[in-house]
Amino acid sequence: MEGHVAGNLGAAALVLLLAFAAWRVRGSRRGRERFGEIVRRRPWASAVVALYLGVALLDSFAWIDAAAPGTVAAPRSLLDRVFPADFGERSYSAPLADAEFYGGEPLAHPGRHLLGTDILGRDVLHLALGGARVALLIGGVTSLLAIPLAIAFGVAAGYFGRRVDDVVFFVLSTLASIPSLLLLVALVMVLGRGTLQVCVALAITSWVGFCRVVRGETMKLRELDYVQAARALGVSDARILARHVVPNLGHLVVITFVLTFSQLVLSEAILSWLGVGIDGSWGQMIDQARDELARDPVIGWNLGAASAALFGLILAVNRLGDAVRDVLDPRTLRERAG
Amino acid sequence: MLAYLLRRLAWGAVTVVGVLLFLFWLFFLYADPQDVARRALGEKAPPEAVAQWLANHGYDKPAVWNPAAPLDTRLADHLRRMLTFDFGKSDADDTPIAARLADGIGPTLSVTVPLLLLGLPLAVSLALLVAFFRETYIDRAGVVLSVLAMSVSILIYILGGQFLLGKVLRWFPISGFDPDPGVVLRFLALPVLVGLVSHLGSDVRFYRAVFLEESNRDYVRTARAKGASDARVMARHVLPNALIPVLTNVSLAIPFLFTGSLLLESFFGIPGLGSITVEAIHANDFATLRVMVYLGALLFVAAQVLTDVAYTLVDPRVRLG
Amino acid sequence: MSAPLLAVEGLVTSFPGRGAERIAVVDRVDLAIAAGETLALVGESGCGKSMTALSIVSLVPKPGRVDAGSVRLAGRELRGLPVDAMRRVRGAEIAMIFQEPATSLNPVQRVGAQVAEAVRLHERVSRGEALRRALALFESVGIPDPDARLGAYPHQLSGGLKQRVMIAIALAARPKLLVADEPTTALDVTVQAQILELLRRLAGETGASVLLITHDLGVVNELADRVAVMYAGRVVEEGTREAVLGAPRHPYTQGLLRAMPARAAAGERLYEIPGAVPAADAWPPGCRFAERCAIAQDVCRAREPERTPLAGGGGVRCHAVAAAR
Repeated sequence: MEGHVAGNLGAAALVLLLAFAAWRVRGSRRGRERFGEIVRRRPWASAVVALYLGVALLDSFAWIDAAAPGTVAAPRSLLDRVFPADFGERSYSAPLADAEFYGGEPLAHPGRHLLGTDILGRDVLHLALGGARVALLIGGVTSLLAIPLAIAFGVAAGYFGRRVDDVVFFVLSTLASIPSLLLLVALVMVLGRGTLQVCVALAITSWVGFCRVVRGETMKLRELDYVQAARALGVSDARILARHVVPNLGHLVVITFVLTFSQLVLSEAILSWLGVGIDGSWGQMIDQARDELARDPVIGWNLGAASAALFGLILAVNRLGDAVRDVLDPRTLRERAG
Repeated sequence: MLAYLLRRLAWGAVTVVGVLLFLFWLFFLYADPQDVARRALGEKAPPEAVAQWLANHGYDKPAVWNPAAPLDTRLADHLRRMLTFDFGKSDADDTPIAARLADGIGPTLSVTVPLLLLGLPLAVSLALLVAFFRETYIDRAGVVLSVLAMSVSILIYILGGQFLLGKVLRWFPISGFDPDPGVVLRFLALPVLVGLVSHLGSDVRFYRAVFLEESNRDYVRTARAKGASDARVMARHVLPNALIPVLTNVSLAIPFLFTGSLLLESFFGIPGLGSITVEAIHANDFATLRVMVYLGALLFVAAQVLTDVAYTLVDPRVRLG
Repeated sequence: MSAPLLAVEGLVTSFPGRGAERIAVVDRVDLAIAAGETLALVGESGCGKSMTALSIVSLVPKPGRVDAGSVRLAGRELRGLPVDAMRRVRGAEIAMIFQEPATSLNPVQRVGAQVAEAVRLHERVSRGEALRRALALFESVGIPDPDARLGAYPHQLSGGLKQRVMIAIALAARPKLLVADEPTTALDVTVQAQILELLRRLAGETGASVLLITHDLGVVNELADRVAVMYAGRVVEEGTREAVLGAPRHPYTQGLLRAMPARAAAGERLYEIPGAVPAADAWPPGCRFAERCAIAQDVCRAREPERTPLAGGGGVRCHAVAAAR
């Protein structure tokens, strides 16, 4: 299957998943209240995250047009189609400039590159917007790999205890004892470079945290009276897990996902810096721009655009994450009246 | 208490064995030796050269089971090398790894030790300050500033620090290293400063949460009901109890003391272990990378055991319970 | 009644609710305790009785705060006192004992040092002298083998012993008023009786007044001289122990007494007040008990009842009692 077809299918699956989640939230009073409370507490962060998500989705649906004679057709996304097909220059140009930065040759699209162009003449705004898709890809694919794994192992360890728990705990502490950046780098080196490989490596380093949380919560749930009662009545383990344990892990998964997301995106930026990241990420833009500050006169728009785009998303997700944790985790609700 | 420490030590040893087995799987079973050789020698290397290289680096031995000579396997070599710290030679240029590490440890420690010694008191005192003013504007501003600071990628801190303090203000050299005691501080100032700032946000936030959680405990209310001042409550009651999570957080930083910061070292041109790791990444030097991962894990486990010893000093429940 | 040791008038303590509004969890509370007297403050959990106690010593946890009212100790106004002056009142003049001895002691400090700290916070004595005082306090609160126990950590002591240590801390600076917030609730039944007996003996010996906060009418009967009943942030009835427990006037007090297991005949179904205490942000405009009251009239739902004085110095907030006059 070609890359962009897989991308379209993945994006469609994500849209369906989001629609399903929205339907479930709307369907329950508690869901609506909690969602409303999160948005009420962090209106700006919610809007910014929604904006990034929208841009990322726009860039996720792509198709190939018939190629002009003598050229090879490449898939173009909805986002790409916002910009003209030949929206490029030969080299650097400053934001809104009419001429090239070095040499002063006139531009093909004078005054229309809002954030200028990079060393290869690509439009920086276009590149920076495109980074949103990569960030979503990093967070999405990694979570898709890590969360089911973490739930399966965490629930098994927490619920069945004894030998199962010993084995899972051993695996967790082994992985956790390797400094995460070193583990990440070693995995990417061995697995090879590429989007899926990086996501697998990120999933292996991040599922440990998820799994610990799930294991701990399952242990607590197992001791609850109604679960104990169900066990005493001879209800099968599979049924107890499906009815009483896994559904009660939902809020933890959401909290951990939001809190982990920014770590994943920041980790990818470091990998890009080390030369083993994902094509089109903000980290890669920063990496390519690393020497531009040393030039004279300084070229700052590449680095500025990528840094700002990265910072905006991480800040919004971090702020949102705090609210999500406070609203979904009842333990933080304080006893007030005596 | 002795039994407790022995149990912890045994568990640490088990974890190290787990790491070694994981590394063996990753680097010797999952990674194809042919592929490793090609990456080291280049795609067009003749088969004889590849075979020679494989034999030279011990990749040609049977993986786990060698009926002729049970100890002449890749697994046995791997375990022997790691456990005796005789790490063999680099996959990239055949230099002995242990010698390179010995050269790198000094520069690394000269960055990481000041970083830890300055960073811990700075973060803890800022967090105490913020926690002391909880539910006021100082606290809220502190929280927002921490989140802002921790949302900036370390890449930006490095590039920004170099550009602003190195290029524009010309306070420090942009990068480089010279072990001569007269000038070494000039080269260390910028990486240490950047490292401090880049960790400050998340550290302050973490310690603030620790202090606030302790401040909400019942014994704090008792201390205040006795007539202790807020400052005394913080210093005599909250701080000793908060030492336990603080210690845990510090122990997580100990492996980093030795393995160094990959980014800070490579970008500021400090020839330490972090730079060696980054070079190994660029040169496809699996052998060096493997050693660094192992050392990082070993130090982590050692730090965990040391932390448990430290717990027994600060927490009578562990010491006597 | 002579001038009271502690006089609380119109005390209001609130917490932020949704948006900008604040919710008063303690609402216009009046209390008076004479020297040497024990006043029991009774009510269900969540009625604001613990917050009342914390408000008296300015220890309301943030973001809560005391909004209005006056708290006078021996004629001296405590509200608005500078932080440092209030600090000297706490422990030295008003001491507190809390419900959970297990968590109310500092887990990493020896209990002897915790008692000695309470002494040294208010008196300029040497460390050694403070420890000798702690030893004497341990003896007087009946801790066996007190010399060895001074060096113990809280986790090495039983719940009853921990509560004795808490009492020793409270008595360390010879306070005039002891505030005991559910001092026996977390303890085993046999230990409860011992702690109550200890409190009674110590109050007698030291002449301290006691503000006893409890939901247990049995404890009230054991210790209290006078009783104040709290419901949903308000004091609804107060008077002498004999009056309130013997001839309760407020329907809520009557309900509380009827719900006591000791009062039910064998085989009889235990009485239970219908409904539940309304949440602090949903208190009704009229009498707060109206929704659960068997004799509530329209006036009860419309208007809050004034305090009706009763013979013997007590009072009650109930439209039915007022109307019967």
